[in-house]
Amino acid sequence: MSARIFGSGIRRREDPRLITGTATYTDDLALPGMLHAAMLRSPHAHARIKRIDVSRAKEAPGVLAAFTGADIDRLKPVPCAWLLPNANLKIAGYQCMVKDTVRYVGDIVAVVVAETAYQAHDGLDLIDVDYEALPAVTDPRHALQPGAPQLHADVPRNEAFHWVVAGGDIDAAFKNADVIVKERIVQQRLIPNAMEPRAALAQWSGASGELTLWNTTQNPHIVRFLCSVVTGVPEDKLRVVAPEVGGGFGSKIAVYPADFITCFCAMTLNRPVKWTETRSENYQATTHGRDHIQEVELATKKDGTILGLRAEVWAGMGAYLSTAAPGIPTILHGLMLSGVYNLPAVKEDVHGMYTNTTPVDAYRGAGRPEATFMIERVMDKLASTLGMDPVDVRMKNMIPRFENGHTVITGLTYDSGDYPAGLKKLLEHVKYAELRKEQSEARKEGRYMGIGLASYVEICGLGPSQVAGAIGFQGGLWESAIVRVHPTGKVQVFIGASPHGQGEETTFAQLVASEIGVDANDVKVVHGDTDNTPMGWGTYGSRTTAVGGAALILATRKVKEKAKVIAAHLLEAAVEDMDYADGKFFVKGSPDKAKTIQDVALMANVAWNMPAGVEAGLEASMFYDPPNFTYPFGSHVAVVEVDPETGQIALKRYVALDDCGPQINPVIVEGQVHGGVVQGLGQALWEEAVYDENGQLVTGSMLDYALPRAGALCDIEVISTVTPSPHHPLGLKGIGEAGTIASTVTVYNAVMDALAPLGVASLRMPMTPERVWRGIQQAKG
Amino acid sequence: MKVPVNITINGRRYQRDVEPRQLLVHFIRDLGGVTGTKIGCDTSQCGACTVLLDGIAVRSCTCLAVQVDGSSVTTIEGLAPAGTLHPIQEAFWNTHGLQCGFCTPGMILASHELLRQNPQPSDEEIRHGLEGNLCRCTGYQNIVRAVREAAFGRGQ
Repeated sequence: MSARIFGSGIRRREDPRLITGTATYTDDLALPGMLHAAMLRSPHAHARIKRIDVSRAKEAPGVLAAFTGADIDRLKPVPCAWLLPNANLKIAGYQCMVKDTVRYVGDIVAVVVAETAYQAHDGLDLIDVDYEALPAVTDPRHALQPGAPQLHADVPRNEAFHWVVAGGDIDAAFKNADVIVKERIVQQRLIPNAMEPRAALAQWSGASGELTLWNTTQNPHIVRFLCSVVTGVPEDKLRVVAPEVGGGFGSKIAVYPADFITCFCAMTLNRPVKWTETRSENYQATTHGRDHIQEVELATKKDGTILGLRAEVWAGMGAYLSTAAPGIPTILHGLMLSGVYNLPAVKEDVHGMYTNTTPVDAYRGAGRPEATFMIERVMDKLASTLGMDPVDVRMKNMIPRFENGHTVITGLTYDSGDYPAGLKKLLEHVKYAELRKEQSEARKEGRYMGIGLASYVEICGLGPSQVAGAIGFQGGLWESAIVRVHPTGKVQVFIGASPHGQGEETTFAQLVASEIGVDANDVKVVHGDTDNTPMGWGTYGSRTTAVGGAALILATRKVKEKAKVIAAHLLEAAVEDMDYADGKFFVKGSPDKAKTIQDVALMANVAWNMPAGVEAGLEASMFYDPPNFTYPFGSHVAVVEVDPETGQIALKRYVALDDCGPQINPVIVEGQVHGGVVQGLGQALWEEAVYDENGQLVTGSMLDYALPRAGALCDIEVISTVTPSPHHPLGLKGIGEAGTIASTVTVYNAVMDALAPLGVASLRMPMTPERVWRGIQQAKG
Repeated sequence: MKVPVNITINGRRYQRDVEPRQLLVHFIRDLGGVTGTKIGCDTSQCGACTVLLDGIAVRSCTCLAVQVDGSSVTTIEGLAPAGTLHPIQEAFWNTHGLQCGFCTPGMILASHELLRQNPQPSDEEIRHGLEGNLCRCTGYQNIVRAVREAAFGRGQ
């Protein structure tokens, strides 16, 4: 493999179209005869529809149709695709359009289709709906209590599931403990905020019965699968295209009612129909993330050795179970509670709760930030309880280096890791001892400087399909790739995964180029269209490189093997005698007489002189199902200074050490870390989706929901260690979510460290200046 | 009721009858036929729709087409002559200043405005100058680097 290409920070192939405004996102598409749809959404969090009348809307200028729930019976309910076993899972009916009872502000009750988007929105104003308001519940813990409003008649106590993870003797751990530290943590609800709002454009051909759906999605093949189930259009006649997609962060994994309604409108009116959500709609009805109330306790010996961790979590799921929702606070959270530590016993109860809120689903990190926060927060509490340095409690309990499998108490087998080496490198980089000295100087001067630390391991590269089946995921988790070498030696690669900002058109070209010695610019990566790409399960869970990259490299190796056979034939040599270097095949010891990959490609494609029994063409495909998940890891440090007069937190320094295995393109890796860290900081410092007691979304627009902006941030320093995964062909692990998983608790710990002299022990996130100030006043008493 | 307007987009004149309520961003995207200008919010918070109006950056979702009758608009497509890149575009590419690309047209035009007002900004001034534009992918760090490169040259 050529080191020149693999590991080099080349500029992205995607960028020319993006920086010139010529990329085509879903909302940029226009088809002849295209109509526009607008959804009427419930303004109530919980209400019965007494009457709905669309007749005035139908008369409005430009309006072609208006439909209510009674009209769209043809659509099946929106499926939940993660059927968590052994958890008493109760899936409430999730209709595309509500007929009788709305359950959150944003539930769709009608659609208007018109010649222009303005006219469609005008039409919404003419729909009369009589609602009978019902009491609402938005707090997941409250939802479980007797007397709480009930969302679904067939789901007692609003409990969608009750999932338990247990391992070791947890009672003994707490009985034998010298020290028990406890913490109550609110992982507030977040809004993913991909910059591109969601959109769908559906085109129906009545003559052939074929439906095409252009959709803002991270996984067009899953959309086709589930759209087929909901609309009844068979998969062979259903094409789903993810054109340019403007970020997802988990919110474009799920399938959505509005997209299916758009299909229904196109099929009914036999005209192309486009729907694009407004940002306010996005806040109301595109999935949210997090929303946990966590109670956690850690049992330890007095020297800091961990004995066991016990927790109870109330996870808000929203009004319905979104596509992957049940797996997130359970499999992706509870199974990660060992973190990077030796944990002899664990027990966690997770209550998945229906509330009158927007459905929750994956949001960058999905379950793992909530697990990492829990562990890394109690580790710091343990350190302060015992008067130890946060580094020392971590080092004392850390799993030592392992290269090929380490099974933790929750049953997962981590692939490889060297957590102590990463932490050590980070501490040396930041000069930890000097930082602590600086801090004590600052304290003498009355300045509240804080140093925060967190170590993490994440479960990524989802994952073996057999495991997917065992944990109730209603799909496979393999990935696929086709590598096609054209007569001139140019290469096209077709992948089932669906990048939307991560840069795989570049990094995957680098992979192929490195493997068969062509120029990276001569490799085109095709993705996002179910009609020309092989089936694949999509881009999420830091899996595209970890799983799709493995499929690609193995397909490329198949091509290379075939090329070698053809080259041997052309050189009249035995295949065993052939050698390969830098894109050339030659007889061992005679590199001067060589056949390039281009020579071979031409012969393979014209097939004038092929070895006996060898098929024409130079192409291979691979469906790769990984034997295990990958487990990237790392440690982060944040330095903050808090102004006790104003409660303002100034971010002084942030250093991320991440280990995602070998890096194809370190510049892209850094970019993923920057963005991920800042999203995690957003949770710690600014972001929260707030509902009032009636279920109104108070933070209903970007005016009210505080996103990270450039001025409030410092540069993120990015360093790394390299621990290859033993089971990936190139050792790659994935980097998409690492930053977010570590950074929320890192900065939280830093703020708590800063406020320790003032006696502040905990704060609710986001740690706004007001909350910090109030925390300080309360501690003063 | 429709009102005639005359708006030049990237050097080409568009004479159209529009409803008085039509936003400039819709005029550009739907009637001007260039879709590089993005709509990221409905409250003038994200800056994705930033364009140059007679050379000065504005949010095209916050003005009506009728308000800019007779004006000249430059969108991302018109920032550099066809087939070439403006130094700011080149700098975004060089520094990995974008990921999904949705905020990028607005971000580049906001950077253009920032450098017009302050050709040699400090990093802090760049960060403050871009406060009005949201990016969810990059954490802004490489965008700051891009603007720095556009101002001071490669590797700065």
